[in-house]
Amino acid sequence: MSNANPLLTYLLHLADNALVLGHRNSEWTGHGPILEQDIAFSNIALDLVGQARNLYQYAAETAADGSTEDSLAYLRDTREFKNCLLVEQANGDWGNTVTRQFFFSAYQYYLYQSLLQSLDQQLAAIAEKSLKEVAYHLRWSSEWMIRLGDGTNESHLRMQSAVDRLWTYTGELFCGADYELALAINQIAIDPAALKQLYHNKITQVLTEATLTIPANAWMQSGGKTGLHSEQLGYLLAEMQFLQRAYPDASW
Amino acid sequence: MTPANDINQIWNLLSQVNDPELPVLSIVDLAIVREVKQVDEKFEIVITPTYSGCPAMDMIVMEMRAVLMTNGINNFDIKTVLSPAWTTDWMSEAGKVKLKAYGIAAPMPGQSVCDSRMFHQEEAIECPLCNSYNTRLISEFGSTACKALYQCNECHEPFDYFKCH
Repeated sequence: MSNANPLLTYLLHLADNALVLGHRNSEWTGHGPILEQDIAFSNIALDLVGQARNLYQYAAETAADGSTEDSLAYLRDTREFKNCLLVEQANGDWGNTVTRQFFFSAYQYYLYQSLLQSLDQQLAAIAEKSLKEVAYHLRWSSEWMIRLGDGTNESHLRMQSAVDRLWTYTGELFCGADYELALAINQIAIDPAALKQLYHNKITQVLTEATLTIPANAWMQSGGKTGLHSEQLGYLLAEMQFLQRAYPDASW
Repeated sequence: MTPANDINQIWNLLSQVNDPELPVLSIVDLAIVREVKQVDEKFEIVITPTYSGCPAMDMIVMEMRAVLMTNGINNFDIKTVLSPAWTTDWMSEAGKVKLKAYGIAAPMPGQSVCDSRMFHQEEAIECPLCNSYNTRLISEFGSTACKALYQCNECHEPFDYFKCH
């Protein structure tokens, strides 16, 4: 799992992002604020887990060492996960969850759009498939940012505090890890710094309409993309991987 | 039999496999089956998922294998492709008629609402029960990822809309 194979590491990074956020979102299933949104959010979780499967399958093929989509998802430990810090953050309240989804969907939308041009055909195909789903996620989360940000005093305060809390995890998205930069040279991936302006324009448009304030220049956390995570990921993996760890190779 | 006959027979058999979540539509109506061709001594069947996370795909592949093998066709591979990405524009007209009869509004043509713009004009979706266009969107995500939830303002029945994708 070293950087000797930047494509493999990059595929795991993309897959881990999708799986970890999909798992976080699935924690809302059965607990959504209203039935329709419980269903909507579970569907978003399902889309993300589906995208993760496509990416893990391709990663397993690339690794060619006997790995499978399941072993990659269930048998790696925190240091081997390459997801960004944003997606592993705990759900908190509905506003915090919506804000996390909005920040990530905006990033993922422009990322997949750029990966349509990837010279790696399978990666471009996964991006093409996923982009249609992410367009819905971005629209759904943008609309909720505005409804709640420009809602009641209580909802506005909660949304602003979610924006302030999660903002610190967004800087990492645009700092290319060595595997991203290595693949950018061959036009397989892109240097994510190139997405920052598009992302910023989108965030500004939606937060302005939501009457929310973008935090001033703040300290940005980093490390997730290279396997240095917040404590949140350990708890998530403990729950998600429990069955395969306790009963190896269990299936049904 | 000639290869062309075999390929026709495979299409006919596959049109008996229904989507487990939409039992009125076959995987041919849905355009999940993209291509059947002969490659050397084998048939290659190309399929594409509707949504990345569609939980029905594994079951669909199992049912495809079962129907082909019980009809004596054993020399085939099923290959999944993701590009070009599946779109509701590929759904057959016969499929759209069957959907409506089942109580689900069929997808509108074109991709006008499949982008990330917010709060834009909702499409006028016809109620599959009373045919009124006076309907409203309740939720963009319905009982499965491929459907949105609507309600008719005339007959007041809630219904699923197979949303454009």
